[in-house]
Amino acid sequence: MARSAPSGSADKDLLRLITCGSVDDGKSTLIGRLLFDAQLVPDDHLQALARDSQRYGTVGDSPDLALLVDGLQAEREQGITIDVAYRFFSTARRRYIVADTPGHAQYTRNMVTGASTADLAIVIVEARKGLMAQTCRHSAIASLMGVRHVVLAVNKMDLVDYREQRFEEIVAAYAHLAKQLNLASIIAIPISALLGDNVIRPSAAMPWYRGPTLLGHLESVRIEASDNQPFRLAAQWITRTGSEFRGYAGTVLGGNVRPGDEIVVQPSGVRSRVERIVTLDGDLAEAGAGQAITLTLTDAVDIVRGDILAAPDRPPHVADQFACHLVWMHDAPMLPGRPYLMRLGTATLTATVTELKHRIDVETGVHEATKQLSLNEIGFANIALDRPTPFDVYDENKHTGGFILIDRTSNATVGAGMIRFPLRRASSLSWQVFAVDKAARARIKQQRPCVLWFTGLSGAGKSTIADGVEKRLLALGRHTYSLDGDNVRHGLNRDLGFTDADRVENVRRIIEVARLFCEAGLIVLVSVISPFRSERQLARERMAPGEFVEIFVDTPFAECERRDPKGLYRRARDGEIANFTGIDSPYEPPEAPDVHLLTTEMSLEREIEVVMEGLRDRGVID
Amino acid sequence: MPVPNSYLQALEAESIYILREAAANFRKPVILYSIGKDSSVLLHLALKAFYPAKPPFALLHVDTTWKFREMIAFRDRRVDELGLELIVHVNRDGIARGIGPISHGAAVHTDVMKTEALKQALDLHGFDAAIGGARRDEEASRAKERIFSFRSAAHRWDPRQQRPELWRLYNGRIHPGESIRVFPLSNWTELDVWTYIRQENIPVVPLYFAAERLVVERDGMLIKVDDDRLPLRPGEVPQPRWARFRTLGCYPLTGAVESRAVNLSEIIAELTSARTSERQGRAIDHDQSGSMELKKREGYF
Repeated sequence: MARSAPSGSADKDLLRLITCGSVDDGKSTLIGRLLFDAQLVPDDHLQALARDSQRYGTVGDSPDLALLVDGLQAEREQGITIDVAYRFFSTARRRYIVADTPGHAQYTRNMVTGASTADLAIVIVEARKGLMAQTCRHSAIASLMGVRHVVLAVNKMDLVDYREQRFEEIVAAYAHLAKQLNLASIIAIPISALLGDNVIRPSAAMPWYRGPTLLGHLESVRIEASDNQPFRLAAQWITRTGSEFRGYAGTVLGGNVRPGDEIVVQPSGVRSRVERIVTLDGDLAEAGAGQAITLTLTDAVDIVRGDILAAPDRPPHVADQFACHLVWMHDAPMLPGRPYLMRLGTATLTATVTELKHRIDVETGVHEATKQLSLNEIGFANIALDRPTPFDVYDENKHTGGFILIDRTSNATVGAGMIRFPLRRASSLSWQVFAVDKAARARIKQQRPCVLWFTGLSGAGKSTIADGVEKRLLALGRHTYSLDGDNVRHGLNRDLGFTDADRVENVRRIIEVARLFCEAGLIVLVSVISPFRSERQLARERMAPGEFVEIFVDTPFAECERRDPKGLYRRARDGEIANFTGIDSPYEPPEAPDVHLLTTEMSLEREIEVVMEGLRDRGVID
Repeated sequence: MPVPNSYLQALEAESIYILREAAANFRKPVILYSIGKDSSVLLHLALKAFYPAKPPFALLHVDTTWKFREMIAFRDRRVDELGLELIVHVNRDGIARGIGPISHGAAVHTDVMKTEALKQALDLHGFDAAIGGARRDEEASRAKERIFSFRSAAHRWDPRQQRPELWRLYNGRIHPGESIRVFPLSNWTELDVWTYIRQENIPVVPLYFAAERLVVERDGMLIKVDDDRLPLRPGEVPQPRWARFRTLGCYPLTGAVESRAVNLSEIIAELTSARTSERQGRAIDHDQSGSMELKKREGYF
């Protein structure tokens, strides 16, 4: 095994692979062994390895090859792999990118991340233990993420005396699992990463095995380009030079394209033809999947980032709802009804899970009913978008069928999904336009409708202040309606409890009712704890600009508990009520409320007056 | 025409995609231009990504005032040829305090004149994304770095709280004051960089090619006597030696290697038989294992 040949390297292709297995299975040792035996470890790294092996090593006097791979200090000290690390090596035939991910259940998200770009997965099984629950999980994720090739590496064969029978038992058991999971291309190799058997060198200890070594297989496996895919290019950037040049820069995400080809732009459905394929190295006669190009069209077409240029005979789906698998990647659970940002192709959308069908136990394959998804859980869900959007089914194209979800408050990447099929329900509903609208209804009442949203802890005084404000408005001849969180729970929301998922749905329904009353031309007063920023932001977005007034009734927790007007704090402290805001359920205070009432420093009259001033400033009252 | 699918074209296309994402996702992105070979490749890719328009980024060079003279000459020539905007930032406060690699040592100099200076420049100009040429193969903690890597308002990196990156979907959402470091060359190796430089005929600083240079041997490294600021230790006499640089930084901190490789093909041949890693010549990495991780947490590139 030499390092890559200095010349002719332009012919090499790129293989992206992922290794799955836990520390005990010897995953990091296997990768370390690949690099070590291929003589790809530089001398100064070997010296550092010898130093580190004395300090952290687990294999006596020999260099601990796993330490070559485990990069972050915390990992070395704890002896675990906590993140995805990328390793590179090169042979005369191929250039490799290895995503090294941890094996335990709490790192499912890391494996999903590594698998998203992998052509091939190495699933490591420890020969003594055989198939474990985590083998099922790794294989299920490989299947879910559409990894085409799987290598079953049966490791630590030295600990079972290199027995063929043990290997065959494991292979037979795995074949059964693979069939259930629809994994197609599988090869099994008996190895010892610690001693190097069948990793790069054929094993003298296992003459009964006649297949390729692990590296031998990696070198020869055929990574078929996904041919026969229809053309896709997600508009990424509009390139302009003055007025004369307008090109659409993007990466070909499927199929190929030539000048003269007809294309359709989705979601608009406008058609045009490719004029040129522009690159710095000259115009191209053809471009294929993976190439980053700039297209010009024969017509002046309105294209924005996020649009998809596609083959007109096999266009992508365009819909505002679809069904998908969803992997949750964040400590804060996924709550149906809560809006998230979605990145799909080059588009950024607002997305809401409308229905969570079930959660999948990836170790057993069992579907379980659930109201939310927690960190590392995988579910099947319907998602609604804020507008019709082009996409493909994930199995047909990962790049137009895979998406991530981003929390709108923290900006964290919280989930990832694979689209399984489009849903057409919304497109069969059309919006009925009426001649009498909000403006007309407001005019006859001679007022500006708006929503006064009182948020704060239980017992903060929201309803009392709202009641006082409503009386003043009534005295001024204004038409109002009051929605009280407690009262709504007696009727419309009586099916909901106090879990985070139910709280989100509770607030979502109140938002929609407030919106309807606002449409009716009324001034709506809403008093509801509404503990999460995301839902209050949703409320603001559902109303017209300037219509939503967020009023923070800021009473400290200790004061609310002291007042305890309904005896709820006492019952929560006694454990009679679960999920009580401020005790075992969080309250996220507004960062920039429109009106901020520090109730411990104000009288009730003053609080009402401050709200009225806010309404005067907005022109709601004179 | 068959679609070319070599690994270099795949890496190039991925980097161009990342540069376009950087342009589309941020209000005011900037390219961290360090004049080295990786920056040369980054610049070349940026020219490709937005052709026929110019890249929509300015270049930022954080100048420690201890760069090799040939680097500065090369920088000014390239920027002039390409007609790009160059912002040079020097930590004036560090200059006033007389901070330098010889008087204060590698660690303090790097912290004040590079890390602090970079943070100053990003804050001063309000850049919300800094695009750099760092590669995952350089060092173990870099191997876990994201392509869009989040930095807090204090420019800190938290390796335990990184955003997952799936497919080619990068999350560039930030609050005011926060920023993203973007690494388009994440998946390249040193050898890829040189092979690509040869394939694309990209200009690089002549210091990368072997020549007879006046050097002193110090702590196992060949230090080039680049100007009269290098105090010689007793017994040190600058000698002409055939040497070249694998990596370029501040001259008293960057060691040359013995070499006769005078052109790109010879450099590539030398690398394919090399037995030491690229950053071996960098004094700052050698304090202890994990030292790069510590520096990165504090905001080093």
